[in-house]
Amino acid sequence: MQSPVKYLSHKGWHQTAIIAIIGGMYVFGSWILGFNNVDGLLAIPKAFSWLGINFKPTANSVTYLPRIWQKLMQTVLLAISSTVVAATVSIFVALLGSKVTGINGFVQTIVRGIASFFRNIPLVAWSMILLFSFKQSDFTGFLALLLMSIGYLIRAFMEIIEDEASETMLALKATGASYFQVIFQAVLPQILPSILSWILYMIENNVRDATLVGILTGTGIGFIFDIYYKSFRFDAAGMTVLAIIIVVIGLETISNQIRKVIL
Amino acid sequence: MTDSESKVIQKPELPKSPNIKLHENSLSRTMIIAVFASLVVLTIYTLTHLDTAGVQINTAFRQLGTTLNQMFLQPNAGTDGVPLLLQALASSVILSILTTIIGAVFGFLFAVLASKNLTNAYLGATIRIIMAMVRAIPTIIWALIFSIVCGLGATAAILGLSFHSVAYLTKAYSESIEGIDESTIESLKVTGAKFWVVVFQAIWPTIVASFVSWTFIRLEINFANAIAVGAAAGAGGIGYQLFVASGMSFDFHETGFIVYLVVLVTFVLEFIAVKIRRFYLSR
Repeated sequence: MQSPVKYLSHKGWHQTAIIAIIGGMYVFGSWILGFNNVDGLLAIPKAFSWLGINFKPTANSVTYLPRIWQKLMQTVLLAISSTVVAATVSIFVALLGSKVTGINGFVQTIVRGIASFFRNIPLVAWSMILLFSFKQSDFTGFLALLLMSIGYLIRAFMEIIEDEASETMLALKATGASYFQVIFQAVLPQILPSILSWILYMIENNVRDATLVGILTGTGIGFIFDIYYKSFRFDAAGMTVLAIIIVVIGLETISNQIRKVIL
Repeated sequence: MTDSESKVIQKPELPKSPNIKLHENSLSRTMIIAVFASLVVLTIYTLTHLDTAGVQINTAFRQLGTTLNQMFLQPNAGTDGVPLLLQALASSVILSILTTIIGAVFGFLFAVLASKNLTNAYLGATIRIIMAMVRAIPTIIWALIFSIVCGLGATAAILGLSFHSVAYLTKAYSESIEGIDESTIESLKVTGAKFWVVVFQAIWPTIVASFVSWTFIRLEINFANAIAVGAAAGAGGIGYQLFVASGMSFDFHETGFIVYLVVLVTFVLEFIAVKIRRFYLSR
């Protein structure tokens, strides 16, 4: 056992070292990227005053609203459908790949590998290669979001199954239930609330990501923002951002309410 | 033997059992079914009304197969060369580390001020509302907004990424702070400890493990965002190279090479995160 003084001095030294390393990384990083901290800090108020002047919706910008709203709803529907399709695929793959319900170690390793590969391929890459084959259509956006979501959801579902279902599963297995009985009577009902919670999270996330996909592939709300922004119609762009804020916060509130009931 | 036994032993009559309900009707169950049903209906509606811009799906998938084959099976560094790509990759990694540091520092500060068990309700509510709004705006839009004021380049990308990181981490940290047992804070308060003493002696040591977890999750998100910002806002880095290779010069061999580089970096980040998380959890 160390003496308290020694322990505290060791702890102090340890903390100083960590702070020094992180501070050093920060300074080094700013130097490499040529980031002037003072300029950066000054840019924030400048950006907000610029936003206040240019993004302020005017009487004219209300005329853009129906078009913005239509595109935004289209984006939300795209986010929902890609998440639901991804969840349907992921749940089966997760059942095959999780440690408690999985077939064997080999399959589990492969599923894990595929999931983390899909998750880590940048959304930009998916959007661009899909754009090349599927051209500028909603289907491109749908596929890009779908492929990205599958990677995330497989991993999330596998973790949920391993955390929550293993005891229920054991209980049903002990009664002599077959594999499919165990899956449909124990595992799925047990994990349904958590799965729904993840699906809701993924929908929110996909609405945000759809903006990026939209800018790159020319679909949905991202496209319309890009058009207004690059043609200097800033009041319309401001209106678009405002609409995005309202819809995202609205979705967040709804899913929080749903979570409160189901969890 | 068994036959005679079964004759001798009378089977007991089954007691009349009441109908056992397998599923209890509850609000939670109804809600789950309702939400799932509406999601499925919306999905079917969307998929049947999807605009495919007249693309022949079969041909498109075959073309996609060719592209994927070029990407993943025949990757090469293309015209840019390995050194340039590695340099771009390094700048993206540094960008994500830098913005995560900014996000962690300011995020912790705001989280302390926003947590319900530490500050007064009005200040907390104000910060939470502002952060929810900042979080609702996608990172890419933040970067585009800042790129007008500071010009295209690193500064706009850093500010754009930092804004979203701060808002995200404020929420994550303040949730872990609110999960702290009230008695930990009370016991330090009764000794007369000042606010920041309570924060650094009671709260910080309690949440450090979840602090580290969340920070590394954000680092991974920031790396993905750094690529996105590089591609869609022209902020440089590997994202820009990816955009040029896949969207302008259509060199899918190079795209594949870049994707492999990015995946490699994310694997390394994940590995480091797991190691550091284990270190803090074991203490």
